[in-house]
Amino acid sequence: MVIERTAAELGRLIGSGEVSAEEVTRAHLDRMTEVEPKVHAFLHVATERALEAARAVDARRAAGEQLGPLAGVPIAVKDVITTRGMPTTCASKILEGWVPPYDATVVERLHDAGLVVLGKTNMDEFAMGSSTEYSAYGPTNNPWDLGRIPGGSGGGSAAAVAAYESALGIGTDTGGSIRQPGAVTGTVGAKPTYGGTSRYGLVAFSSSLDTPGPVARTVEDAALLHAVIAGHDPRDSTSIPAPVPDVVGAARLGATGDLTGVRLGLVREFSGEGAEPGVTAAVRDAVEALTKLGAEVVEVSCPHFPYALPAYYLIAPSECSSNLARFDGVRYGLRVGDDGTRSLEEVMSLTREAGFGAEVKRRIILGTYALSAGYYDAYYGQAQKVRTLITRDFTAAFEQADVLVSPTTPFVAFPFGSRTSDPYQMYLADLYTIPSNLYGGPAISVPCGLSEGLPVGFQVMAPTLGDDRMYRVAAALESAIPPLTPPAL
Amino acid sequence: MAAISREEVAHLAHLARLAVTDEELDTFAGQLDVILQAVARIGEVAAADIPPTSHSVPLTNVLREDVMVACLPRDEALAGAPDAQDGRFRVPRILDEEA
Repeated sequence: MVIERTAAELGRLIGSGEVSAEEVTRAHLDRMTEVEPKVHAFLHVATERALEAARAVDARRAAGEQLGPLAGVPIAVKDVITTRGMPTTCASKILEGWVPPYDATVVERLHDAGLVVLGKTNMDEFAMGSSTEYSAYGPTNNPWDLGRIPGGSGGGSAAAVAAYESALGIGTDTGGSIRQPGAVTGTVGAKPTYGGTSRYGLVAFSSSLDTPGPVARTVEDAALLHAVIAGHDPRDSTSIPAPVPDVVGAARLGATGDLTGVRLGLVREFSGEGAEPGVTAAVRDAVEALTKLGAEVVEVSCPHFPYALPAYYLIAPSECSSNLARFDGVRYGLRVGDDGTRSLEEVMSLTREAGFGAEVKRRIILGTYALSAGYYDAYYGQAQKVRTLITRDFTAAFEQADVLVSPTTPFVAFPFGSRTSDPYQMYLADLYTIPSNLYGGPAISVPCGLSEGLPVGFQVMAPTLGDDRMYRVAAALESAIPPLTPPAL
Repeated sequence: MAAISREEVAHLAHLARLAVTDEELDTFAGQLDVILQAVARIGEVAAADIPPTSHSVPLTNVLREDVMVACLPRDEALAGAPDAQDGRFRVPRILDEEA
C-alpha cells in the first residue's frame, strides 16, 4: 500500500514517475477520511491545496524537471507553525480562526522542496504539555491504543505519521515535544541543534529553547526532512550561520550496521531512576544490540542533570509569560468583553481569561512569579546558572563519549486523565529530554521495542552541531531491531 | 508551609492580565504550590560564582544589512485583527473622556 511506504521510497517512486504525487496525496487523504474519526491528529485538513501542490509537482516532473528526494511527499505540520492562508491556532481558543499572512521559514522550505502540506496537526495548547490533553480542541488518540495519549506537545504530528495519515511531520521541541510523542507512538522524532532550524514563523513559547524538527517513521526519512528544513535563516537572529551536518549520509552510514569505534555514554544519573521497568529493560536491550554492532559503552557522570527538570520549569514558564503577552486581543485572535463600557485592561484580562486554557494560565502565572522582584535571583536567575552547569556536564561527557544514550521518556503511553490533576506528574514525562534543550545540542528518539505492548523510545543525544552522530547511531539501532507496526485501526 | 498563597496567585494573575475565577484561584494555588515546592530544589545547587546562560548560541548583536525590504501590506496585517477601523487596529478606550 502506498501509505505504508517510507518518504524516501515515495520520493523515488514519484521522481521516476511510477506513481504520481497526486495519487500519493489522495491515498493519504483517503486514509484520513477512514481513521481521523478515531485518531483526531489534525485540526485542519487542506484537501484542495494539497491536491493542487501535488499536481504542481507532477507538472514539474512532466516538464522534465529533476525533482528533489522528497518532492510530492505528504507532510503534516504542527499547528504552532504559521502557514500563509491556512489556519494556525496553536490549539488555543485565543487564535481560533486566525489565518497567518506569512509562511514560517520551515514551511517555505517544505514548499521549495516540493513537499505537499496535508494540513495542521493537533498539539497541547501553545506546545505546553506532554499528552495533547491540553489542546482546546480535544485530544489526539494514540494509534497503538486509542485510550492512551499520543505524547505531547506534538502528539498530532506523531500520531498522523504512526497512523499512516502522513508520511512525514513537522514538530517543535522545547522540552521534548518532538521526541516524547515519537517515543510513545513508535515513530522517529528529532530535535536538531538549537539554531540549526529557523524559528521564524514558529509561534514562540520559550524562545531560548524552541526548535523545529522532523517527525517520521524511519531514521533516513527524518534525516531527509532535517536536511530540507535546516540551515541558516537571516530572519531568525539565533539561527546558526554554519553548514548543516550531513545527516542523510550519517543515517545511511548507520544503516549499514557498523558502529565500530563509536562510544556510547550511559548517564549515571539517569540509570533506571524514575523509569518504568519495561522501559529500562527495552533500553538496556538496545544498548546491548548497539554493542554487537561494534559500539563501546562508557559510563559518564552528569551531576547536574537531576536539576534540569526544575530549571526548565522555571526558564520555560518565565519566557512563556513574556512571549504570550502578545495575545492581548488587539492585533489578532479573540477579543472578549469589548462592549464600550470596559477599559482596555479589562478587555485584555477577559480576553486572556477566556482564550487560554488552564495549563497555559498556570505557566504564565508561574513565570510571572519566577521573574518578579524578590524571587528573580532564587528562581529564574538560579535556573540560568544551573543551565550553565548542565552545559558543562555535557561538554565533559562528550570528551569521554561520542553520544549519550537514555530512555526518551520514563513511561510508555499513559491512559487519558491519569496525569492531568497533578501537573507536576505530567512534567516528569520530560525528565530525560530536557537536558538537551537547556544545552542546545541535538537529540533523537528512535523506537527500540515494546513494553506492555506499547512502544518504547531510545534517545541519542549529541554535541551541538553534531546532529549527524545521532542519526548514525539511531539508524544503526533501527537496522538491528525488528520494526514496530501499530495494530490495525 | 505553602510556597505560594491564594492571594499571591491572585496578584500574579492580575499582573499577567488574567481575569481568573475564584474556582481557578483555588485550583491554581494548590497546583502551583506543588510545582514550586518541586522546582525549589534548584536552590540546592551551589552556583553563586557560575555565570548564567540565557541562550545556548554564542551569537551577539546579530544585525541585518540596512537595506529596504518589502513589508506586510496594511490590509493583510489588519486582516486577522479582532477589530479594525480606518486602516488601524481599533482598541477600547484607554483614557477617560474628561482626562
